[in-house]
Amino acid sequence: MTREDIIKPENLVYKRTPVLTDATMHYCPGCGHGVVHRIIAEVIEEMGIQDNVIGISPVGCSVLAYNYFDVDFVEAAHGRAPACASAIKRLRPETFVFSYQGDGDLASIGCGEVVHACNRGENITMIFINNGIYGMTGGQMAPTTLEGMETVTCPYGRDPKIMGHTMRLTEMLAQLPGTYYVTRQAVYTPAAARKCKKAIRQAFENQKLNKGVSFVEVTSNCNSGWKMTPVQANKWMEENTLKYFPLGDMKVDGKFDPKFIERVGTFDQPNETIFSLRKK
Amino acid sequence: MAKQLVLMKGNQAIAEAAIRCGCDGYFGYPITPQSEVLEHLMAERPYLTTGMVVLQAESELASINMVYAGAAAGKRVMTSSSSPGFSLMQEGLSYIAGAELPALCVNVVRGGPGLGTIQPSQSDYFQTTKGGGHGDYRLITLAPASVQEMYDFVELGFDLAFKYRNPVAILSDGVIGQVMEKVMVDDYKPRWTNEYIEENCPWAATGHRSTGKHRIVTSLELEALKQEAINDRIQAKYRKCEEEDARYEAIQCDDAEYVFVAYGSAARICMKSVELARAEGIKVGLIRPITLWPFPTKAVKEIGGRMKKILSVEMNAGQMIEDVKLAVDCNVPVEHYGRYGGVIPTPVEILDALKKMVK
Repeated sequence: MTREDIIKPENLVYKRTPVLTDATMHYCPGCGHGVVHRIIAEVIEEMGIQDNVIGISPVGCSVLAYNYFDVDFVEAAHGRAPACASAIKRLRPETFVFSYQGDGDLASIGCGEVVHACNRGENITMIFINNGIYGMTGGQMAPTTLEGMETVTCPYGRDPKIMGHTMRLTEMLAQLPGTYYVTRQAVYTPAAARKCKKAIRQAFENQKLNKGVSFVEVTSNCNSGWKMTPVQANKWMEENTLKYFPLGDMKVDGKFDPKFIERVGTFDQPNETIFSLRKK
Repeated sequence: MAKQLVLMKGNQAIAEAAIRCGCDGYFGYPITPQSEVLEHLMAERPYLTTGMVVLQAESELASINMVYAGAAAGKRVMTSSSSPGFSLMQEGLSYIAGAELPALCVNVVRGGPGLGTIQPSQSDYFQTTKGGGHGDYRLITLAPASVQEMYDFVELGFDLAFKYRNPVAILSDGVIGQVMEKVMVDDYKPRWTNEYIEENCPWAATGHRSTGKHRIVTSLELEALKQEAINDRIQAKYRKCEEEDARYEAIQCDDAEYVFVAYGSAARICMKSVELARAEGIKVGLIRPITLWPFPTKAVKEIGGRMKKILSVEMNAGQMIEDVKLAVDCNVPVEHYGRYGGVIPTPVEILDALKKMVK
């Protein structure tokens, strides 16, 4: 059998979606951004909306996201993507609008904008990549950094007494009447990635309903910032991050998921997952 | 409905002009003394008539970034604020200039620094004409001296913004914003259609990749040589703007021996001072810069060069005087008279300052 015999349309089992460009991604090997980019691109392709979508990229690791999606893109100032997305959707209601932000961008400097865009019930899709750290600037503490976790700006571990508590912003947003769909997903296993794709598809489909914000948090790793191999980082995330940031839906079709309500009731309990990244 | 003569506040004129000139969106946040802009728009509800979007944002940070994004999508969008709020917008204005987007921002200036006062001032001249945000950029700055100009400069501002793909500021103050005067308003002009925007704004991220290639709106270019080339392009626009769009008004300058240079409400007061001075036999004129950037350097050099002395009258501690001095290259003595912190000078006060200078 020759090479030409194999390269036939009927043998094609996997290809790059045309919604992603040829550009080589700058993300670290093992990072979740690339997987999430691909999922979003596939959803855009499958929904046939490539010529009717505007993305908003943040400041942070995914600042150059606009180079990787073959759709129109606007690069926002640090934290302001929800304000940008709100304006564009109102001025161009015929387009699908999505914002893409990391946890430094969305939960820290852009906390006000995301809360108010959600509270207004803007008819947009928000993708929130939470890896518990500032990746691009070299691994500093974020609002989402776990208690006890070591970063370059909390080298002795995050001490909530002086550095504040780990922030579950997505749980806060779910409680705003303007959010219609709020979920936390991950992409660290094939099964999780498939679930995540379903959620992101739902978040885009919801824009047709004019019901409000669809918010998908993707809990991710940052193997470079966490100073681990990709495999270690995924294992660490499963054992630590996901205990504090449990996966699953919080709000579907504007209604709270019963499991979420149960969980919110336990929020006043002190966080017991104190640990160290480095083996002492 | 054709043209119409109405009585309104300067701030209302801004709002009314926005609706009538086919503005697509206004994003603002309340602050004294400019809140009537947002109030008038909310009362008029243009979203039911022209389709113009009006949104009260959660902060000036949000509103300027809404303007940034709306402009990125090819829409004619604007915001307004007053000094402390305008300070918050500086980052966004820098992004708008960096991404080469057209947008209109109104600053109804109040006295500072800090929370300052809600009384009128012209103390944001430096901030508006010399930068304000980071990076090498300029704000094209229009200085209205009447409610009619508040109205007229909205459409003019959008025209200049789209001509240069650069943010335009209307630098007003609490006097012009709050005073009521008669205004001739235009008939309603239709907003641009999406088809028109596709054709005329190929740079806009409209969501519809009509060219077959995605459009990216960003102010980021990490490679220094490429960033320098972008800066070169932006600077070339500014030279063109200085050449073509510096505006001013010269009042009674032909036989004058002395001249006031003043803009906005200070210029209105100076008009009376000119009258009083001439009644006493002092031949004084007035140069009123209408664009503060580009500053009407040539006119000030030409007219000011003929004078014995120049008095820069400003409601600040002396900001525009620097541009006046540069324009006449220090060949003519230039002095400053100003009140600040929200105090408005009287025509007699300015006359006295002139007499002191003449002596």
